[in-house]
Parts: sequence; C-alpha cells; structure tokens
Amino acid sequence: MSAKPKLYYFDGRGKMESIRWLLAAAGVEFEEEFLETRDQYEKLLQGGSLLFQQVPMVEIDGMKMVQTRAILSYIAAKYNLYGKDLKERALIDMYVEGTNDLMGFILMFPFLSAEDKEKQRAFIVQKATSRYFPVYEKVLKDHGQDFLVGNNFSWADVHLLEAILMVEEKKSDVLSGFPQLQAFKARISSIPAIKKFLQPGSQRKPVPDDKYVETVRRVLRMYYDVKAN
Amino acid sequence: MSGKPRLTYLNGRGRMESIRWLLAAAGVEEELTGFPSPLLLDGSLLFQQVPLVEIDGMKMVQTRAIMSYIAGKYNLHGKDLKERALIDMYVEGISDLMQMILMFPFSPPDAKEKNLESIKDRATNRYFPVFEKVLKQHGQDFLVGNKFSWADVQLMEAILAVEEKVPAVLSGFPQLQVFKTKMSNMPTIKKFLQPGSPRKPPPDAHYVETVLKVFKK
Repeated sequence: MSAKPKLYYFDGRGKMESIRWLLAAAGVEFEEEFLETRDQYEKLLQGGSLLFQQVPMVEIDGMKMVQTRAILSYIAAKYNLYGKDLKERALIDMYVEGTNDLMGFILMFPFLSAEDKEKQRAFIVQKATSRYFPVYEKVLKDHGQDFLVGNNFSWADVHLLEAILMVEEKKSDVLSGFPQLQAFKARISSIPAIKKFLQPGSQRKPVPDDKYVETVRRVLRMYYDVKAN
Repeated sequence: MSGKPRLTYLNGRGRMESIRWLLAAAGVEEELTGFPSPLLLDGSLLFQQVPLVEIDGMKMVQTRAIMSYIAGKYNLHGKDLKERALIDMYVEGISDLMQMILMFPFSPPDAKEKNLESIKDRATNRYFPVFEKVLKQHGQDFLVGNKFSWADVQLMEAILAVEEKVPAVLSGFPQLQVFKTKMSNMPTIKKFLQPGSPRKPPPDAHYVETVLKVFKK
C-alpha cells in the first residue's frame, strides 16, 4: 500500500495549485502541510528536504520532489495523462508550457500594487485572448475531438481548464469569442474527478488574498517589490 | 532530403543555446540555415515565439518541450520514471540558474553588479553544492543512473556559462571540476566546444540590441 502524496506549501494557490489540480484529476488523494511560519520553513531547510531550498515540495513514492514541472511530469506519466508516445507527449508539453506561461502572468498578480494590478489585468486578458486561447480554440476546432491530444484525457486538458478558470476570475466574459473553449470548459468540468475538485470542500484553493501575500512574504522573506509585466 | 532538425532563432545563445547543446551532445547535426528574418508570422510559431525547432515533421516551440523530446528520443532521459524525475528536477534547478544568466545582459547598467552578485551567490550557495553532493555521494561519472543524460549536458553548460562571469566559481567544488573535465572529453561535447561548432559566443551589445528591437512586447 503506498502512502498518499504529501504537499508542502502555503495555504494558497501559487505554484502548487497546478499540482493539486493534476492529482485531483488523476483521482489521487493527497495530504497537505501548510507553511505558516518562518520557523517551519527553516526546519524544512535544515532537514535537507528542499533540494534547492524552495517549495513546492511533494513527498511521493519515496521521493522528496521539488520543481513544479518535474513534479507535474512525474504525476502525468504515472497516471497515464501524458499521451501514448513521444510525439503525443511533445504536443502535451508544448500546450502545457503555453498555459504555464499564461498562468505565470497571474501568479505574481496578488503581489502587485493596486495600480500595477490594473495594468496586469489588462495584460493577462490581452495575452489570453490574442496569443493563447486562439491556439487551443483552433486545435479543438481542427480535430473536433473532446480532448486536446490523442482523443484522450491528458495533463494538457487539466492545465487548460485551470488556466481558463483563472483568467475568467480576472474577466468573467473572456471566453465570449471562443465557442470551442466554452464547450471544452463545460465538458472537462463535468468529468467526475474534476467536478468533485470544483465543489466546495475540495482541496482547491481560493483566489489569493492579502493574507496569502503576507504569509508568503513572511515565510520566504521575498517578493516585497514585484513588478508587473 | 535532410532529416536534420532545423533551428530558428536569432544569431546568439538565448533560449536556443541549451537546445544546441543537447542536440550536439546527442551527436545530432543541425541543418545549417542562414539567419532568417526573426519575424515569422506565417503561423509557424504556435505562440508567436521562438525558439522553433522543426524536427520529425513537427514545428516544435517551447524550450522545455523541445528539450524533453530530444532527450526522450536520444535516450538521455533516464531508463524509467524515477530516473526521469531526478533528471527533470536537476534540469529545472539548473534552468533557474541559467535564467539569471539569460536575463543578465538585459539588466539596466545600475543593476548589473547586483545581478552578477546574485548569480555568483546562487551558483555557489544553492545550485553547485547540490550537484557536488550528488556526485560525491554516488561516486559515479554521471549525475543520474550511472549513464550520460540531459542533466549532465545542462550542468556542463551552466558551469561554463557561470565561469564566463565568475572565473574561479568552481574553486570550492572538486567533484564539479572533475565532472567538467570528464564532460569536456566526451567526443560529442569536445566537438561542440571546438571553434566552428554551432555553439554561440556570449551575448554582446549587438545581440542585446537585436533582441530588444525584434521582441517588442
């Protein structure tokens, strides 16, 4: 019997959220330890648990894994969400890197000044609607299948849904020019494991607030002066 | 008909350099192209960005996706999922260090000294100690699974890149010094380190100017 994966991070989205999504989509139950104090972080550091002194860290299958992409790749492969061969994996990787870039613009959003937030919101929406969403809209339109790659549910679908919902939190009608993505969103949201994750009481984290920003700054002693794109 | 991968980028290191390293290490020749206009808006660029690598009938973008594919194809990504996980962790860490070097030429003049200090600090306190320890603990020639992999190529590239900025950076790292020598002597890497290879020189003012002109946000 293998133990559940255990996630070490703040009680908030950040870089760990994509990992929560993927584990949930794979139907894998996981535990979490939330970093609240500087002491906790220093203890993890001194214990040698953090390879590059950073979180996210996930204990899984006897490994203390760090680096978000490495963790996501491992989970995707382990739970058959990574395509059936190297070429499908290449497509999934390309798509995921794109949505990762998009979500990267949102990641730093809570740390910005009020003025920079407005600028960044416009930037996020502009990039989403002119660079990223059109790509996935076209992919879905061209092959007419339910999922992005290989007619099979994969990491790419989970990541795209996560990105769509995050951008919608910044502009609720952002999908209005993207009928394929609207249908995609409805379809993927109704997959049982995802539906469950989207319900209250799941381990999905809410939109980051000031308390979250304060916690990250306090624990890491960083991110005091973050600039918009 | 050439089956060689075709790389589209500016005439400089940037994000393409790690890909050049990996192809070279795998013994794969690039197709020689002239330096095309960087403004390819004909739909070749999935997210309107370079690097672009045309390989095996695909127009691949996104540096990590491209490298993962090359590593997978040429058996440089470990023998199983757990080795792949280790390689990925190491590569991602080194990539964070390389990102600092990537951005360095674009720092404003008054931030250059601070940024150089950061690179030196991260290399000597965060990244190099990890790999020094890994090599010391298993005593093998390569980082993962006693076999040459993407992680070794990436580390070698990073060591040389940091040394260009901080020449004595390996002075506290005997294992890494030995590693560097061993890697330098591997035939494909040795060839890549010789003049005339696809390896690009350190970025200069002209390169910075070109990037700023071409990649207006």
